[in-house]
Amino acid sequence: MIRLSVPFRQAVSRLTFPVMLMLSFGVVLIGRADQGISGELRTGLDDVLAPVYGVFAAPIQAAESGTGAIGHLFSLSAENAQLRAENAKLLQWQAVAMALEAQNDALKATLNYTPADAPAFFTGDVVADLGGVYDRSVLVVLPRAASPVPLIGAVAMDGRGVAGRVVEAGSRSARVLLITDINSRIPVALGTNGAPALMTGTNGPTPALLYWAPGQPPAEGAMVLTSAVGGAFPPGLPVGVVHYNAQNDPVVLPLADLDSLRLLRLFSYPDNLPVLTPIAHTKAKPAAIAHHRKK
Amino acid sequence: MRRQSLWRRLDAAARYAVPFGSIVAGLFLLGLNFGLPAQAQLRPVYAVACVFFWSLYRPSSLPAPVVMVSGLLLDLLGFSPLGMWALLLLLLHGGVLALRRQLAPQGFLFTWLVFSGFAAGLFVLAWGVESLLGLDVLPVRPVLTQSGFAVLLYPALAAFFIRAHRGAAAAELA
Repeated sequence: MIRLSVPFRQAVSRLTFPVMLMLSFGVVLIGRADQGISGELRTGLDDVLAPVYGVFAAPIQAAESGTGAIGHLFSLSAENAQLRAENAKLLQWQAVAMALEAQNDALKATLNYTPADAPAFFTGDVVADLGGVYDRSVLVVLPRAASPVPLIGAVAMDGRGVAGRVVEAGSRSARVLLITDINSRIPVALGTNGAPALMTGTNGPTPALLYWAPGQPPAEGAMVLTSAVGGAFPPGLPVGVVHYNAQNDPVVLPLADLDSLRLLRLFSYPDNLPVLTPIAHTKAKPAAIAHHRKK
Repeated sequence: MRRQSLWRRLDAAARYAVPFGSIVAGLFLLGLNFGLPAQAQLRPVYAVACVFFWSLYRPSSLPAPVVMVSGLLLDLLGFSPLGMWALLLLLLHGGVLALRRQLAPQGFLFTWLVFSGFAAGLFVLAWGVESLLGLDVLPVRPVLTQSGFAVLLYPALAAFFIRAHRGAAAAELA
């Protein structure tokens, strides 16, 4: 142990606080000047924490997914009856779906429609809810084989609809900014005729609808799909349903179950980002961007 | 000075590490996906309560660099501007240290009141800083809910901390 004189030690202990104060003020300034640093640090921390969160999240999920086989035995007959009824209904819908599919194929054939390439996607566990006071985001653990495609900007969907998009991605983890976040702006198409509008997050459970055409207010119950305006999203992904709240403002009831996300599929559309998308472009894509500009 | 045995020193180090350990563990656990309604807002509340309590009753175990690291961790776990909570927690730490002589002999109710004041002030400051840095007026409601949580949760957290203060974190027992 190094022996220091008493006055020197006192001086050091008195200086620690102001020095730390200035240091953290400097960190604020650095974080302000270069937004990339905080993103990199955050991604590094996420990559370290993601496996640990995965270990801790497993028992919670196990506890949530039921009380085991014996618990299921008690509700077996009631569930059976309910499933039979649902099955009968679904069989009718299957017939409708098949008829519509056939009709769709016929229409596409007459239009010489060429389908878009299926995007690369993979599924990740949501292990942590790492939002802040003014942010809604979740941490997703990526499977091992996920890395080759650039992930930033990938669209995250749960089983039913769009949940958000990836804003930060490391080698093992990705942060998904949810559509309810106050920074989220998503161009959407409303109803059957695809009237344009902008869906903005409010930090509440229901994002608001802005900039719809004045003559055509969104109809209650109309389907909300993503729109390709601006090029940040692929068109036609289901987002939610229009609803008028108590203030008579149109809001979107998201289809995705944003309060209890457990699994997310991340779809990356690599060439989809326009130059002005306000999220970081990965360095691997100058060719793609130049290609975009030429068009 | 007599040289202490290894176990003695390990014990002392562990007791010294309890405040910082409790902050890190709490911030980590609050990130787990429990599905509580305002879970993300609880993280700053917890950090503020920790820094307040340990600065007041065991400042030697919570030096300024540790406070700063806790703040940075809070910023990185959430999406707040990097360094903001480090700065705010250091201000809280400094404020509590300055008032320590007057605060330490007071009863629990008075400390609770002072903590509520500090916490509300900090959340308002955090709101101001985030609004300023984001060039946007953020909603005020989280400030109110956070202050409410801070006021309501402090007694429970303090009960837990006081046990740790007298048991696991008590350096004079080592």
